[in-house]
Amino acid sequence: MINDVIAIIQDYWLLLLIGQYPNGPLGGLANTLILSALSIMLAFPVAILLALARLSKWRLLRWPVTALVYITRGVPLLMLILWSYFLVPLWTGADVPSFVTMLTTLVVYQGAFLSEVVRAGIVALGSGQMDAARALGHSSLGAMRFIILPQALYNMIPSIISTFVSTIKDTTLGYVINVPDLTFAASQVNNQLLTQPFQVFLILAVVYYAICWSLTHVANIVERRITRRRAGLSGGAAPVALVPAKIISEQL
Amino acid sequence: MNGFDLWAILRNPEYTAMLLHGIEMTFVIYIGSWLLAMTLALLLLCIRFSPLRFGDRAVAAYVSYHRNVPTLVQLMLWYFGIFTLFPPGLTSWLAAHNAETIFAVIGLGLCQAAYFSEDLRSGLRSVSPGQMEAAKALGHSYVSAMRFVVMPQGVRNALPPLINHSVSLFKNSSLAIVIGASELTHAVKEVENLSFRTFEIYLVGTVLYLFFSLLIMGAGAYLSMRADPARSARA
Repeated sequence: MINDVIAIIQDYWLLLLIGQYPNGPLGGLANTLILSALSIMLAFPVAILLALARLSKWRLLRWPVTALVYITRGVPLLMLILWSYFLVPLWTGADVPSFVTMLTTLVVYQGAFLSEVVRAGIVALGSGQMDAARALGHSSLGAMRFIILPQALYNMIPSIISTFVSTIKDTTLGYVINVPDLTFAASQVNNQLLTQPFQVFLILAVVYYAICWSLTHVANIVERRITRRRAGLSGGAAPVALVPAKIISEQL
Repeated sequence: MNGFDLWAILRNPEYTAMLLHGIEMTFVIYIGSWLLAMTLALLLLCIRFSPLRFGDRAVAAYVSYHRNVPTLVQLMLWYFGIFTLFPPGLTSWLAAHNAETIFAVIGLGLCQAAYFSEDLRSGLRSVSPGQMEAAKALGHSYVSAMRFVVMPQGVRNALPPLINHSVSLFKNSSLAIVIGASELTHAVKEVENLSFRTFEIYLVGTVLYLFFSLLIMGAGAYLSMRADPARSARA
């Protein structure tokens, strides 16, 4: 059993790592990480805009965004992937690679989830900050830009890391539309070997576990540090409650 | 391919039968895995609170594995991997009895048990130890204090994350399509292949999922309100 696993890793480590890269599209673990990193980077500005829209006093801005957040919370990611697989080529009129389809879906999906995190971060800050900034002569937007968001976003770093972890887990769903990621590479290996499916998928699970576990670990360390720092800043008072990352972030 | 025509799908008895079957299978998977997950979560909780050092570690490892490996990969490991290691007699019996659905229930249920047990644990931990001591001082035994004093408060605290995760479980039931279970997403894909009305059938599928998810969220909100009317009124 162990020998089988070692043999598979020796034969296929390059395929699992970068897919068929020099001869074909980039795939494997590298593609999984690039896809997750890109989608979280693009989802972040989207999330801030959505959160500001949800906190806005104009109903015209608030209602459609609230609806979008509820739709993304109530519909499986798989269904959204099917939608973009159908709609993105229709709108752009071009042959879109599945990587781009998956990226679009993840930006919308994680953008909606992150917007809840951003919103919670802003609300958790309390209204005193905004009142004080307004009293000092900041405009509403200026106060948001220079006072509220810097603090809220700093407190949210752990939640952002956990969203990154769930994005990594979400990229596995790209398997359905043949995005060449780690899961895809593993099933290719399985199709070539045919006889050792358990060993192949065990390797796959272990790789995902190693990545997600270490990132979660980093998130916990950062969270503790931020809690301590905030406690220090507020003169040794009880640590202010952070954004409840684990409740909001989606599991997959 | 004509214009938008929802009735072409909803008035076609063949398509509606497929969709209804899909909904039925989605609920079989959802309810089956929910019950499995809750039972297992309570069991894991008992092990966690028992004085055994080893049991605590084992449960922590179980939770860590199921939270850090994508659910899809867990399902694939079950269906494509572990399934092949079963004795041949059991394999053929399972294959004759809807193995996809059974493994979807097992995979999703075991995964969700990790989330449920953590929700319950953090709910119980938020009940202050003074509650237990006070209950004992009033003459309750450990079990009866747990049953009448600690548990009701703990479960109430755990309700919001439990509801969130119940909704996620419902959404995750769509992952069963990857191992070939014939649930709602599968039915949507099938109708799409037959009717070529992609937009309409995706719309129907999305609305169905949204409806049931909102129903679960609403039921959860009602339950929280019933469990603690005072706090819900304040919130």
